[in-house]
Amino acid sequence: MNTTTPSRLEKIIAAGHLAVTSECGPPRDGRADVVEKKAQLLRNHVDAINVTDNQTAVVRQCSLAACIRLKLMGLEPVLQMVTRDRNRIALQSDLLGATAFGIHNVLCLTGDHQRFGDHPSSVNVFDMDSTRLIQTVKLMRDDGRLLSGHEMAEGRPQMFIGAAENPFADPFEIRVLRLAKKAAAGVQFIQTQCIYNMQKFKKWMQGVREMGLHEKVAILAGLTPMKNVGMAKYMKNRVPGIDVPDDIIKRLAGVPKEKQAEEGIQICLEQIEELKQEEGIRGFHIMAIEWEEKVPDIVERAGLYPRPGVN
Amino acid sequence: MIKAKPKPIEEIIHEIKDCSKVLVAGCNGCVTVCEAGGLKEVELLTSALRIYFMKNNKHMEIDETSLTRQCDKEYLQELEDRIDRYDAVVSLACGAGVQLMAEMYGDKPIFPGVDTCFIGITEEQGVWTERCQACGQCILASTGGICPIARCAKRMLNGPCGGSENGKCEISILVGRDVDCGWHLIYERLKRLGQLQRFGQPSDDKDWTLSRDGGPRIIVKEDSKV
Repeated sequence: MNTTTPSRLEKIIAAGHLAVTSECGPPRDGRADVVEKKAQLLRNHVDAINVTDNQTAVVRQCSLAACIRLKLMGLEPVLQMVTRDRNRIALQSDLLGATAFGIHNVLCLTGDHQRFGDHPSSVNVFDMDSTRLIQTVKLMRDDGRLLSGHEMAEGRPQMFIGAAENPFADPFEIRVLRLAKKAAAGVQFIQTQCIYNMQKFKKWMQGVREMGLHEKVAILAGLTPMKNVGMAKYMKNRVPGIDVPDDIIKRLAGVPKEKQAEEGIQICLEQIEELKQEEGIRGFHIMAIEWEEKVPDIVERAGLYPRPGVN
Repeated sequence: MIKAKPKPIEEIIHEIKDCSKVLVAGCNGCVTVCEAGGLKEVELLTSALRIYFMKNNKHMEIDETSLTRQCDKEYLQELEDRIDRYDAVVSLACGAGVQLMAEMYGDKPIFPGVDTCFIGITEEQGVWTERCQACGQCILASTGGICPIARCAKRMLNGPCGGSENGKCEISILVGRDVDCGWHLIYERLKRLGQLQRFGQPSDDKDWTLSRDGGPRIIVKEDSKV
């Protein structure tokens, strides 16, 4: 696979390595060291770090600012961008700002509805959706144009274009078609919603392979280790689009409370082993929510350490 | 049609409490269909207001009327001879009717008696749901006759998003009722019509200038002008 951008993540995937990414959520205040500390925990064990963009529609330090901080630390950020809060003017403006700081990965998202967050009465923008944002980045990068038609002689974004996909949302049969649509729009990598229902995920991957999409798009399997059975139940019942089978809940409930965290990590490690065998999986996106300190342990025990060096 | 719901009576009382003579004016158009502002609702509101002010020993004369439509000047002109008798009017028309009355009778306070909600349909007796946001450029031809602007909470053009579960929108959990996922409906309808290929291509950006975003809109039909 030829690379199209200076993205380190893209190079690692192109070289045939299983990529490892993780994420850090910025704080709900202006402290400078929170993202830095989280990133320090991850720096030697992942290839790139996603910075979430006001996730679950809760106001946090902005994704772009935190990505710049990571970049200045010599790390590889993945700029998450949702279309919920910014129109096409602001989205393109932020993409240009990210370009000026050498940010080479973007994750194009529509975003959770604002009613989930801490400002439920705010307006929602949704000038475009994730698919259209993918096209927008591609237009800026490959054609050197803004949506207005304005041509950029210099300073075009050089971004490896990513998006999310949720194989567990309904209707199931549209989920492969939706990936196909994002692929047609120009997406290059996918970080999936966190996987718990392995059977359903494999069925989705089968559909992905049948359409040859795994050869066009690098699919990174999304994983979130469970801290305890309470978290598993919460995710099953309260988080839209997450499919937690009962056997995961039973398994966590079957061990003493103080051992549930280790059991959650064990489940995650077993998933990684199983997914390594799945054709078309090009890496793992480990979202340890407010549990970043466990990522190095998971990466090492999964046999994914040390991370490959690329230029 | 336009759907509205009656304002809480406390809100109306608050607006008119310093008046002594008020007209409650209904509209026989859309708001009659959704049982928010027709003659029946005028009568109910007027009785409730009379009882309230009587109980509170406040002198208040309240008359009632209902016009054919409040969004056309010719019908609003019917008030010309008598509007001066009142300190204020409570209009149970939609926001357009209230505004036209205020434009025509510039010296008179006109208070809204309903909250104008959406363009929608009668789901069943007493239940109305939204179908259209008047975005100014109808795309129903390509979406199986189901509008993603009005029926997707994120007005996605390439949906459904990752929050759709069992045909329901992710906001269902928040609003305490089942909200259909618009894109699930679109998908099922396109499948039924044998038009799933319409889903395959990413959409173009929507031109929001034709919607609210472009500023107040106007339609001019030259051949109808006199």
